[in-house]
Amino acid sequence: ASRVMVASRNYADFANEATFEIKKCDLHRLEEGPSTTTVMTREEGLQYYRTMQIIRRMELKSDQMYKQKIIRGFCHLYDGQEACCVGLEAAIKPTDHVITAYRAHGFTYTRGVPVREILAELTGRKGGCAKGKGGSMHMYTKNFYGGNGIVGAQVPLGAGVALACKYFGKNEICLTLYGDGAANQGQIFETYNMAALWKLPCIFICENNRYGMGTSVERAAASTEYYRRGDFIPGLRVDGMDVLCVREAGKFAAEYCRSGKGPIVMELQTYRYHGHSMSDPGISYRTREEIQEVRSKSDPITLLKDRMVNNNLASIEELKDIDAAVKKEVEEAAQFATTDPEPPLEELCNHIYFNEPPFEVRGANQWIKYKSVS
Amino acid sequence: MAAATALRQLAPLGARLTRIPPHGRAAGRLLQQQQRRGLRLSAPAAIQVTVRDALNQALDEELERDERVFLLGEEVAQYDGAYKISRGLWKKYGDKRVIDTPISEMGFAGIAVGAAMAGLRPVCEFMTFNFSMQAIDQVINSAAKTCYMSAGLIGVPIVFRGPNGAAAGVAAQHSQCFAAWYGHCPGLKVVSPWSSEDAKGLLKAAIRDDNPVVMLENELLYGVPFELSEQAQSKDFVIPIGKAKIEREGTHITLVSHSRLVGHCLEAASVLAKEGVECEVINMRTIRPMDIEAVEASIVKTNHLITVEGGWPQFGVGAEICARIMEGPAFNYLDAPAVRVTGTDVPMPYAKILEDSSTPQVKDIIFAVKKVLNI
Repeated sequence: ASRVMVASRNYADFANEATFEIKKCDLHRLEEGPSTTTVMTREEGLQYYRTMQIIRRMELKSDQMYKQKIIRGFCHLYDGQEACCVGLEAAIKPTDHVITAYRAHGFTYTRGVPVREILAELTGRKGGCAKGKGGSMHMYTKNFYGGNGIVGAQVPLGAGVALACKYFGKNEICLTLYGDGAANQGQIFETYNMAALWKLPCIFICENNRYGMGTSVERAAASTEYYRRGDFIPGLRVDGMDVLCVREAGKFAAEYCRSGKGPIVMELQTYRYHGHSMSDPGISYRTREEIQEVRSKSDPITLLKDRMVNNNLASIEELKDIDAAVKKEVEEAAQFATTDPEPPLEELCNHIYFNEPPFEVRGANQWIKYKSVS
Repeated sequence: MAAATALRQLAPLGARLTRIPPHGRAAGRLLQQQQRRGLRLSAPAAIQVTVRDALNQALDEELERDERVFLLGEEVAQYDGAYKISRGLWKKYGDKRVIDTPISEMGFAGIAVGAAMAGLRPVCEFMTFNFSMQAIDQVINSAAKTCYMSAGLIGVPIVFRGPNGAAAGVAAQHSQCFAAWYGHCPGLKVVSPWSSEDAKGLLKAAIRDDNPVVMLENELLYGVPFELSEQAQSKDFVIPIGKAKIEREGTHITLVSHSRLVGHCLEAASVLAKEGVECEVINMRTIRPMDIEAVEASIVKTNHLITVEGGWPQFGVGAEICARIMEGPAFNYLDAPAVRVTGTDVPMPYAKILEDSSTPQVKDIIFAVKKVLNI
C-alpha cells in the first residue's frame, strides 16, 4: 500500500528553541542578578502562550458574566498581569507554595485548578473549587493558600508557610505576593524582619501595577522602589510584562531562597487593564491613552507571540489554533459555570470546623437549625 | 508544712502512709518510679500542682508527642516565658521548637497561622490577650474562617494562648476580658480553664484539635495550686472541648462561671451553705462551643440562674447564656429571671480601692443569690 501524503504543516520546520535577550533587573543589595539572556524551547513557549491566553480569556469571560449579574460581589481581574503568574509558575516546582491576595484567578489556574472550577466558584455553584462557599477572593488548592481578602494579611501567612518549609526540611519555598497598595501595610515590615531574622525561604513578590485601587503609587508611597522596601533584604525589580524576565528572576530568587540565604524581595512591574474591581471603570484615575499604550506596546501575550513568530518557534496559524482551542475551553467552562446547580442548603453550615464530629448550628432564629459536618 | 506536722502527730503507726505526697515535678517523677517498679503504696495519689506547672507539663508532653507542635511568642524561649509558663522548654527542645519572636503580634500571629495551614501545629502565645487585638485580624479572618472559605480543604490547627482578663493593678489597657469577642466567631473554639486540671486537659485538647483554639488563661491563677488527680497526671489526659463541669452540686440555685470567678462562686457557695442555701456551681470550661445543656439540666433542678464573669456586661458571656436559656426548655423551669454578675462597666482603674469594685467580689455574688432567691 502506498502512503498518502496529506498536505500538512511539517513541524520540523520550526526551531526547537531560541535565545532571547531580556531586560536587566535593578538590584538591591545583590552583586549579581538574573541572567540577561535566556533560552526558551518551542514547547515552553507554546505552553506559556496557551496558559496566558486561557487566563486572559477567563478574565474577560468573568467580566462578561459579571455584567450579566451571574457573578456577584467582588471580582478583581488579572488581565494584563498574566506574565507574572505564568512566569513565576515556570520558575518553581509544583511542590513549592504560593499565596497571594484577592486578584487571584490567574494563580488559581497556574496552581492547578481547572477553568470550569474557577468560573463555577465565581458563579457560586457547587462545582466551584470551594463549593461556592468562597467566591472570587477565596480559591485554594494544594500548595496554594488563596485568595485572601484582607490587604496585606497574606504576607505573614506566606512567611509562615515558608517557616513550615524550613521546618520540614524538604527544600521547598513559598512565593508570597502582594500589591503596590499592600506594600505600605505595617504587617509586611514585621514579616520582613522575622523572615530575615530566621532566614525563611520566602520570596516576597510585589506585583506593582501602579495603582492601589484608585491611588497611584506616587500618591501612596514615600518610596515607590518597592524592591528596596525590604531594606536589609536583597531585592530585584523585574519587567513583569515579559514572561521570560519573570521566569528568570523567579528562578534566581528561588535558588537564592533554597540555598538557605533567607528571604528575597521581587518587584514585578506590571499593569492591569481592568479597574481595581468590576465596580471600578478604571478611568477616573488614569487615562484611556495610558491603558491603550500599555496594550499596544507591552501586552505580555503579544510580546510572547511576536518573539515566537520572529524566532521561528511557532507560526501565526498555530497560535491562532491555540486561541480557538482556548476560546472553546473557556466557553465550555462558562457553560458549566452557568448550568451547574447552586450548593444545596444542607451545605450552608458544613466545614465550619475541620475533622470534627457533626454538630448543630443555629439559624436565623432559634427554631431554624442546620447540621454541620466536616 | 504545718499540715504535714499536724498529720504526723495525728497518725498512728501508719504514719508513712499518711505522708503528704511530694509536689509538682517531684511527684510526677515519684509516680513514674513507682509505676516502673510496680509499686503502689497507697490509693492513687493526687498531687498539688499550680496552674503554671500544669500548663508547662501540657506543653512539654505535647511537644514531645508530636514533632509538628512548636511554641512561639515573646519571651517564650530564653526568658522561660513572661509568666514562666514555658520554663525549661527551650532548654529541652531548642530553637526549632520554641521560638522567641520580636514584638510583632500581627506579624507573628500571621506567621503562626500560615505555618498551621502548611501542616505544622503552632502554639502562639500572646503575652496577654490585650495584645492580641493587634493581631485579631489574623485570628479571625485568617485562622477562624479559612476552613469554611476553602470548603474544608485547608485546616488551621493552631492554639492561641495567654493570660486574659483582669490581673492586679495593671490598669485599663492590660485588663480586658476577650471571652465575648472571640466567643462571638464561628470557626473558633474558645476555652477558659480555671483549675490545674482544666489548664492541662484543655491545653492538651486544644493542641490536639485540628481547629483554631483560643485559650484564655488567667494570670492570677498561674500561681494557685490545685489538686491534680492521678488520671489528670497521665500524659494522655485531655478534657473534651465543649463540656462544662459541675464543680459543686446544689439544689437551690445555679451559678455558672468560667476562669478565675469559678473560685469566687465556690467561696460564695460555702458561705451560703452555712445559711442553708445550696448552690450548684458550674465551671463552663469552654466558651465556644458552649455547653448550654449542662446549664439547662442544672436549672431544671434548681430553678434559678446566675451567671458570673469578669468581663463587661454588655454583649458578654452571661448575656449569651441568659439569651439561650430564654430560648430553650429551661425557661419554663425558672422561678425568677436569670441574673448576671459581671465586671463593672468601666475601663479598669488603677487604685486598689477602685479596682476592687471593678471585678465581681464574693460578696457581690452572695448579694445576687439572695436577691434571686428573695432571701
